[in-house]
Amino acid sequence: MSHATLTPKSRSSLRGATLPKWFLWAVAAGSIAAGLGISAAAGLNSSIQWALIAAVLFVLGTYAISARVEGGRQAKDRVATSMVWVAFIVAVIPLASLVWATVKRGVKVLDGYFLTHSMGVVADAEVGGGIYHAILGTLEQVGIATLISVPVGVLTAIYLVEYGSGKLSKAVTFFVDVMTGIPSIVAGLFILSTWILMLDMGPSGFAGSLALSILMIPVVVRSTEEMLKLVPNELREASLALGVPKWRTILKVVLPTSVGGITTGVMLAVARITGETAPVLLLVWGTDFINANPFQDPQESLPMYIYLQFANSGGYGAAYDRAWAAALTLIAFIMILNLAARGIARWKAPKTGR
Amino acid sequence: MDITTDPQKPAPAPVPHQPPGKDAKRAARGATRPGDRIFLGLSRGSGIFVLVIMAAIAAFLTYRASIAISKNEANFFTTLEWNPTGTPPEFGIAVLAFGTVVSSVIAMAVAVPIAVGIALFITHYAPRKLGGAIGYVIDLLAAVPSIVYGLWGALVLVPHMEGLFGWLDEYLGWTGVFEWNQGAPRSLFTVGILLAIMILPIITNVSREVFRQVPRMHEEAALALGATRWEVIRMSVLPFGRSGVISASMLGLGRALGETMAVAMVLSSSFEINLSLLDTGGGTFAQNIASKFNEATVMGRDALIASGLVLFVITLLVNGAARMIIGRRKEYSGANA
Repeated sequence: MSHATLTPKSRSSLRGATLPKWFLWAVAAGSIAAGLGISAAAGLNSSIQWALIAAVLFVLGTYAISARVEGGRQAKDRVATSMVWVAFIVAVIPLASLVWATVKRGVKVLDGYFLTHSMGVVADAEVGGGIYHAILGTLEQVGIATLISVPVGVLTAIYLVEYGSGKLSKAVTFFVDVMTGIPSIVAGLFILSTWILMLDMGPSGFAGSLALSILMIPVVVRSTEEMLKLVPNELREASLALGVPKWRTILKVVLPTSVGGITTGVMLAVARITGETAPVLLLVWGTDFINANPFQDPQESLPMYIYLQFANSGGYGAAYDRAWAAALTLIAFIMILNLAARGIARWKAPKTGR
Repeated sequence: MDITTDPQKPAPAPVPHQPPGKDAKRAARGATRPGDRIFLGLSRGSGIFVLVIMAAIAAFLTYRASIAISKNEANFFTTLEWNPTGTPPEFGIAVLAFGTVVSSVIAMAVAVPIAVGIALFITHYAPRKLGGAIGYVIDLLAAVPSIVYGLWGALVLVPHMEGLFGWLDEYLGWTGVFEWNQGAPRSLFTVGILLAIMILPIITNVSREVFRQVPRMHEEAALALGATRWEVIRMSVLPFGRSGVISASMLGLGRALGETMAVAMVLSSSFEINLSLLDTGGGTFAQNIASKFNEATVMGRDALIASGLVLFVITLLVNGAARMIIGRRKEYSGANA
């Protein structure tokens, strides 16, 4: 009834003046034009500069007009909105450029030959060669690291969730958290000081795996812990009430319920350590030849290959091309792992009853 | 949760005359089955193993570092030289500490405001579907390895920095901090920008998680009082998320401090403190280890391990502080980022 009698005039007295929607577009168009005009007049030719000028003009323009028509509070709101948008756009540019550059430059030499040949007799300046030895090394090192980290990580998480209470579990929780932040180079130095300097072993893929597993264990513990916490307590209690021993309850009820989430966590952890270079640099050294034995002599790995091609390129385009192609392979591998992990997480999410 | 009796086992009734022995005592204690004890032992052992690794890292690094430092003829903290194989051996971490701090500070100054902006964009400004998609992409970007950031930084970002450097030199050169001698822009400033780009996804992720957990009621109450969207954010979202953003930033800082390969690939390093951030020179702990490792002798390695120990302690403190801030407010799940 009342809305029938409302006239536009009385509504505006309640809501205060608002600018129409096209106002933002108008100011945007105006400031871009002004930005282009100023940079043309001042002889600036960088595309970043006119965009910056336009962005500043846009923020100032919206503030001034909005402060006049809508009042100071609305004007501040509009400025905050534009700042948030600017932050988003500023961040997107480098990240998009990273993906674009890797894909564009990576596809140049990436083909079947590149994936199935090593750098054995190829000089840095020459065209040709490939990453077969690097893929082999990466798979072996990451595989061994996974074999070490998954049992330790999952058991630690089981301890924290199923048994843990008291000082020990608090300490473990805290140090697992802190361990997530250990720089990879420090993990490498630790293995260097024990395995290589103290036990007098040579560089090998296995030494690299040891360092990688130090980086991987905390990630596995954290994600497994989260997943085990999602398992409804009713399941455990039902099993225990039937007289099933606790360890069988964990193995047969708790773990199968959360296996999807644990797999996801492990895959994400694998994706994370696959790209680690620093420990490999210190412990595996890298080589141009195929070495299938991870327990003896230097091996190559994908990130190490990228680094060596970059560092030894001497400015030669061929080496840079190979580095980009290896980077594309590495990113593709990691992205596939990530996507698959998330797919599994969605497909096998524990039924929490919600 | 422990079971103290076993229904499978026949009750002790059939042997009434037996005095209470080992079995009865064990039943009273709980966890009687060998399987349970083995499993508990294994899982507790793994937990202890994690603690042992941490202790071993500290112990071995300290041990090797002490070997190097005892031979060091110069002050380890203030010397501006790195010559562990000279006679007498002299090395110090002043240059590395300076470079690490400067590049991380630049990274934080650039990344934190932008990351908070993106997190707000995802949670409060973008249309729901777009926000979700962006969050997903940022998750994926957090997984891009640092070596790829390094390659991109050295071959794409560095050439693009020249314009910015010229501009900074022209208008801010008088400060001395932004003076530029037209060298290749492979300086600590570029490293700081690259680190900012690298830690952006992780800070955004954790901040977004925290902002998402702001009680809906707080926001609606503010809206009901006639607050604009910015006022809602300032009055209810940011105060609630402050500690989460701080710890997210510290996680990012921890990553920036320990970043190795990207810095080693971008920075044109030299062992000197250069107050002009745009000129080449300087170094960071991690970068120095990676670049000097190849030609290092045993003594040189020990010296590098000594500098690694300092890095280890710093990141330990930063990460520990971040975790404690998160831990104080348990409702944040930011810890599992």
